[in-house]
Amino acid sequence: MKPLLEVRKLCVEIPTRHGTLLALDGIDIEIARGEVLGVVGESGAGKSLTGSAIIGLLDPPCRIAGGEILLDGKRIDQLPDKEMRRIRGKRIGAIFQDPLTSLNPLYTVGRQLVETITTHLALTPAQARRRAIELLEQTGIPAAAERIDQYPHQFSGGMRQRVVIALALAAEPQLIVADEPTTALDVSIQAQIISLLKTLCHERGAAVMLVTHDMGVIAETCDRVAVMYAGRIVEIGPVADIIHRPAHPYTAGLMGAIPAVDQDRDRLLQIDGAMPRLNAIPSGCAYHPRCAKAFERCKGERPELMSAGSVRAACWLHEERQ
Amino acid sequence: MSLIEVHELSKRFEVSAPWLNRVLERRPRRFVHAVDGVSFAIERGKTLALVGESGCGKSTLARLLVGLYEPSAGSLHFDGQDTRAVLAGPKAASLRRRMQMIFQDPYASLNPRWKVADIVAEPLREHGLIKDDAGVRRRVGELLVSVGLAAADADKFPHQFSGGQRQRISIARALATAPEFLVCDEPTSALDVSVQAQVLNLMKDLQRERGLSILFISHNLAVVRHVADQVGVMYLGQLVELADRQPLFAAPRHPYTRMLLDAIPDVAMSGRSRTPVQGEVPNPLSPPSGCGFHPRCPYADPRCKEHRPSLQEFKGIRVACHAVIEGRV
Repeated sequence: MKPLLEVRKLCVEIPTRHGTLLALDGIDIEIARGEVLGVVGESGAGKSLTGSAIIGLLDPPCRIAGGEILLDGKRIDQLPDKEMRRIRGKRIGAIFQDPLTSLNPLYTVGRQLVETITTHLALTPAQARRRAIELLEQTGIPAAAERIDQYPHQFSGGMRQRVVIALALAAEPQLIVADEPTTALDVSIQAQIISLLKTLCHERGAAVMLVTHDMGVIAETCDRVAVMYAGRIVEIGPVADIIHRPAHPYTAGLMGAIPAVDQDRDRLLQIDGAMPRLNAIPSGCAYHPRCAKAFERCKGERPELMSAGSVRAACWLHEERQ
Repeated sequence: MSLIEVHELSKRFEVSAPWLNRVLERRPRRFVHAVDGVSFAIERGKTLALVGESGCGKSTLARLLVGLYEPSAGSLHFDGQDTRAVLAGPKAASLRRRMQMIFQDPYASLNPRWKVADIVAEPLREHGLIKDDAGVRRRVGELLVSVGLAAADADKFPHQFSGGQRQRISIARALATAPEFLVCDEPTSALDVSVQAQVLNLMKDLQRERGLSILFISHNLAVVRHVADQVGVMYLGQLVELADRQPLFAAPRHPYTRMLLDAIPDVAMSGRSRTPVQGEVPNPLSPPSGCGFHPRCPYADPRCKEHRPSLQEFKGIRVACHAVIEGRV
């Protein structure tokens, strides 16, 4: 079956006074219906930018410089704003990190939900309101019929994020792009939100792209993971393989740096140095200056994604083994 | 003797309506008890970690300890001296020199218009530790090297550094006065995991070299497990469990501690089943009666709703829970 979302050789550039920076460089992603794809990486890796490019919300002066984005076989990266606006909300739902800034503080929660529903579905205001209450109930908001007329500031952080999820699901989108949906929440609330997102998407067969820096969230939620570094995907594959048998040295470093809650370690594995800036991306493999296993070829030639067991990794180590 | 001894420390903030509204609308004065009767001690060279969700009062407690807030009640002793009395007297500066703080956000805690040299030298000059400029410069260079930066970085501005490097600058600044006690308020929560690992390893090394005592505040239990000797769990301004690291993670007693441990996503994918706990932290303005955790607690009974449990000894740890003490859990 054809994947729902196909991203091919996507490049995003940022023009600046000192020249044009390439922020995303040849991203290839596919997501099937009902699948959850996790996108991880450190800040500056380009994971949020990938999400924004897919929903067509790149902040100018960022722009798509090449490649294509296909939803259900049709290109959506070149659509005029008006048509893109119809797709966004109707076929692609978005959930952002901070639930307070994704809701309008001046409107009641109900008004925002009803507006979204009537924009995308042919329902009367009364029907839309009934549907809004149903949505709030499904996302686990108690006494939804009363709370629908309250303002965002009357909800706690976790409850607000539920409202944002209800908004994203309002028009039954086929694809949901969730950018750090639990980062602003406490751990106990995080667990509630993650399991909610998972059940709702599973029930509706929606595809999800989950952008996060938290490997724990990825491990619990995703089917496949893409690991990003300096604007490129360095490893992609099934979640269990990436966590237990990472093929790229960067993924291995990232996993080793996470303190474990069920074992004692005196020192954490650390990756020295920091992610390169966009104006100073090293030649060859961008990770080679921090990589303990780098050899001569890594400095000169850039590796593309290649098969490495059950996953695909952009690392020359795997070509030798083949 | 412990370096830090805290006894029944409390801090309340007034959140009343303005005076005129209170008089006209007959509204009472209202207070929020951010820290409510907390007692603990920190030994020399050891780390006490405080964990809890947002709004539980852990940052307020950190600020109380370094004297940024005045306590509303209770006492605080540093090396046997009552800090409240000392900070009000002529020896305040010499006490402040011995304790320093590292803040959460390395982007906000460094003055963007100062060079790193001035940032790190400020405590040295403020306390008059080194008088001549050449000496200050030498010391700043040593401090930067000790946190893994280069002495030449002194001439740069904070914006020229990444988040992890900025947090190293904050650490260098905190170490400038050679303190015995460091308060770290979420020092790594603004950092990426790989950078967090660098900073945590550095802090452990520095603690070993200098015999620092540390109060480490975090909401991340995995980080706490990595750095702490002793762990305190806070909920609504109170300490609900205080135990050494080993027993706390091996056999958590308080239902809230269990819940926090259960809520951590499972990176190892061991298939451990996770029960997402229902409910949220109550509004601190109107905390529940009795035990603050009872509305979310699966073991709550009528007694929990009426009587607030106190922190008491139980099989080698300290816990504030009727159900645990009565053996209902």
